[in-house]
Amino acid sequence: MADFDFNVIWSSLPFLWQGLQLSLWLTFLSIIGGIVLGTLLALARLSGILPLSLVAATYVNLIRSVPLILVIFWFYFLVPLVLGRPIGSFYSALIAFVLFEAAYYSEIMRAGIQSVKRGQIHAGQSTGLNYWQIQRYVVLPQAFRNMIPILVTQGIILFQDTSLVFVVSLRDFMTASSIVARTEGRLVEMYLFAAVVYFVICFSGSMLVRSLKSRMST
Amino acid sequence: MNYNWNWAVLFEEQYLSWLISGFGWTVSVALSAWCIALVIGALVGVGKTVPNRVIRAVSATYVEIFRNVPLLVQMFIWYFAVPELLPDDWGRWMKRDMPNPEFVTAVIALALYTASRIAEQVRAGIETVPPGLTSAATAHGLSVSQTYRYVLLPISFRMIVPPLTSEFLTVFKNSSLALTIGLLELTAQSQQIAEYTFQGFEAFTAATVIYVCIALVATGLMQLLEKYTRIPGYVGTEG
Repeated sequence: MADFDFNVIWSSLPFLWQGLQLSLWLTFLSIIGGIVLGTLLALARLSGILPLSLVAATYVNLIRSVPLILVIFWFYFLVPLVLGRPIGSFYSALIAFVLFEAAYYSEIMRAGIQSVKRGQIHAGQSTGLNYWQIQRYVVLPQAFRNMIPILVTQGIILFQDTSLVFVVSLRDFMTASSIVARTEGRLVEMYLFAAVVYFVICFSGSMLVRSLKSRMST
Repeated sequence: MNYNWNWAVLFEEQYLSWLISGFGWTVSVALSAWCIALVIGALVGVGKTVPNRVIRAVSATYVEIFRNVPLLVQMFIWYFAVPELLPDDWGRWMKRDMPNPEFVTAVIALALYTASRIAEQVRAGIETVPPGLTSAATAHGLSVSQTYRYVLLPISFRMIVPPLTSEFLTVFKNSSLALTIGLLELTAQSQQIAEYTFQGFEAFTAATVIYVCIALVATGLMQLLEKYTRIPGYVGTEG
């Protein structure tokens, strides 16, 4: 217990900050990509066109039954093979995260789209809007509004998930902390510090979700 | 895309045995953690709803801490930091004499993390029990613990079976994080086969297929349980 050295955190702060920036950037891009692809998957699933909904459902269920680490390994291996050249760990990780999180976002969006009352769609049809116009102007705006708290919650989970890029040594906050921990021989201090940083960010996020929820229910 | 297919590599004795042992570790980590998590999760979940303010605060703190720190960080803390923070004798025992240190640590970390998620489901389940039932129990002269024992828990535990299904699937997926502290479970074994043989496609496909099978079996089991525990008249209720 006696000889802890928390100065190691102070001196390696710039390095850790770079890692944190990478984590946040990866989270941000994956949320955007995941929501876009997830919405398309949800629309495909609810489209009523059998082959399309079957493909989307298979994709979502397949992704949801494998661990994220395995998906990260898959794309580290697959992306350079398909493209014929290496594109760097960041982009491989980004592709893995977008494709993985899209499956989870599509389930959220599906529930959101289904929560829009059928009367809204009928009203759109009777005003002469076509399918895409109804989705664009009537269904999706309401679905998004209903889903904002859950989308943010999923964003927090995604931020925690980005720590898994550790397995392919991409230098995010987790990997950076681990590098400092090992080179300085300060495992206890660094991992506790990492836990505190993640906690502060994720806890603030869940407070935000709570206030969003209470504001929406009034 | 230049790739030499060789599915037979999966059935070479050495690699096949790696896959089987990986599967064994994945299932044992996940199931052990699940059993512990159910007990702790139920206690903490009940703790979040009791009238006693101290117990409520402790339970809420538990959930917030374990839910808001990534599982990977928790895994490292249990593996690297906890032995240093404990009294010297215990720490030395954990580092040197504890049998299967990676397995035990992975189970503890995964169990405590999963417990915080189960606790939230249990709390939600208890809160969906109509408040009239609690009032009725109080009016009958039941104490708080009797109200939980005879009214709240029997109803809420049966109502949270459907949402627990997805937690049950998640525990198998999350068990893959044990590879970060050196436990050679399924994902780690497939990665190792990919490295040894350069047959990444076959190795990762094998792992994917096994995980999908685990998910199918787990979903099937939970659906059976759901059918068996469904409360007549509560059809369609989701936690």
